[in-house]
Amino acid sequence: MYVAVKGGEAAIANAHRLLADRRRGDRSVPALRLDQIVEQLALGVDRVMSEGSLYDRELAALAVVQARGDMIEAIFLVRAYRTTLPRFGYTSPVDTGAMQVERRVSAAYKDLPGGQVLGPTFDYTHRLLDPELAAGADVEAPAQRPVEAEAMPSVSSILAHEGLIEADGDMPLDHVPGDITREPLQFPMARDIRLQALSRGDEGFLLALGYSTQRGYARNHPFAGEVRIGEVELELDIPELPFAVPIGSIRVTECQMVNQFKGSAKAPPQFTRGYGLVFGQSERKAMAMALCDRALRASELGEDVVAAAQDEEFVISHSDNVQATGFVEHLKLPHYVDFQAELDLVRRMRAEYEARESSDTAEEKREAAE
Amino acid sequence: MRGQKAREQAERKAVMATLAQAKAEEIARLWSEAGLPSEVELLRGPETGLVTVRGRIGGGGAPFNVGEATVTRATVRLPSGQVGHSYALGRDKGKAKLTAIADALWQDPAHRETIETKLVRPLRTALEEAREKRRVEAAATKVDFFTMVRGED
Repeated sequence: MYVAVKGGEAAIANAHRLLADRRRGDRSVPALRLDQIVEQLALGVDRVMSEGSLYDRELAALAVVQARGDMIEAIFLVRAYRTTLPRFGYTSPVDTGAMQVERRVSAAYKDLPGGQVLGPTFDYTHRLLDPELAAGADVEAPAQRPVEAEAMPSVSSILAHEGLIEADGDMPLDHVPGDITREPLQFPMARDIRLQALSRGDEGFLLALGYSTQRGYARNHPFAGEVRIGEVELELDIPELPFAVPIGSIRVTECQMVNQFKGSAKAPPQFTRGYGLVFGQSERKAMAMALCDRALRASELGEDVVAAAQDEEFVISHSDNVQATGFVEHLKLPHYVDFQAELDLVRRMRAEYEARESSDTAEEKREAAE
Repeated sequence: MRGQKAREQAERKAVMATLAQAKAEEIARLWSEAGLPSEVELLRGPETGLVTVRGRIGGGGAPFNVGEATVTRATVRLPSGQVGHSYALGRDKGKAKLTAIADALWQDPAHRETIETKLVRPLRTALEEAREKRRVEAAATKVDFFTMVRGED
């Protein structure tokens, strides 16, 4: 019999005090400043902004420190903070075609207008650890190439005129974009809501699902039609003013995945598309998002739903790492009463089982004796 | 008349765009150098909240919600009556207040010139320089393809 108790207050307070100490670590090592994290662990900060679904570099950096570098804990902190703020409105949709591009590559078109701009990429590095970084060596300034500014139209607009690639995804004109922060998830869901969920989804989960589509589970022959990273300007419609107010720029990563499609009863052979758009610089996430977006369009395009990546309810219900970690990690919290109840149940079942066994054995013995 | 109003709105929007992009310390420095007034009546804020950032499916299709961003806003009234607004990404309340005053002063013919020349122009120049620097740095990473000469003749 379990008797309800309370306790642990002092233990909890001391545990948090110990956490604060361990977080700070050796006091002879200088404490991290937020600007150091923002500047030098920028992609980690970007991941926290993207999956925390809140664009604010300093808050994300604070979350990273507070969580001791545990990304999902940091994302959790940011999500929790978000809920404390009022919402002023929705921005006008960002124009990624007008992005101030720092990186833009296409794996499909070599000579697209604006060219292949590599930007600050890990690609083509040799992945050799660099001891000079550990020694804090000086870094040379980037090279400059003063050239005329060139427009960089999106790759989909280049292919569009041949009619061999589907248009950007449209919705009925009176469709109001769904918002998963306001309404509970409902299946089946429209593509706009799926994209919102994917954009804040766990990078590792989406990466694994995207990878699974490449390995043959819902195979759909992808090309990275375009990946671009850079700053886009935000504007907000407000009731006080007759024009949309510019509120500054954010850095985003966009991926246009182009997929060969042999056609179905619903659509002719063409290139179909998957789309990825995430906060900050994260092309792995944007690419994985685009692969998942395309896979999740299976029913819309008349494909058979045969793999996990095509199963909307499976993907979207499990893509949120704050929900996932909440449910998995809650298992470590006290379940003493539940466990006592189950223990009691198992004891009873075992006693019944053993009683049955022994009466069966007794019966067998009697039969054998006869 | 209508054309003038539209032009004035476009100018005001451009000023707000520059102020929203500018760093708080830069605004404060130029503010004190220009000796701009900061006694106003606060009508709202400064207060921090969220805006939901929207994108478009496929880049140009139907809108969808990407995620939130922090925004700080303020509304002020000058002793002369002009009401100014500010909205900018981030959580800087000092910047929100100063930029709302700047918006109000800009609407006052007695102050517009000062706001334009002493505050907005230097900020705009700095932003454009930073933008240009990023652009030419990115341009240096553009790939120049060249055709290989093949071994056969």
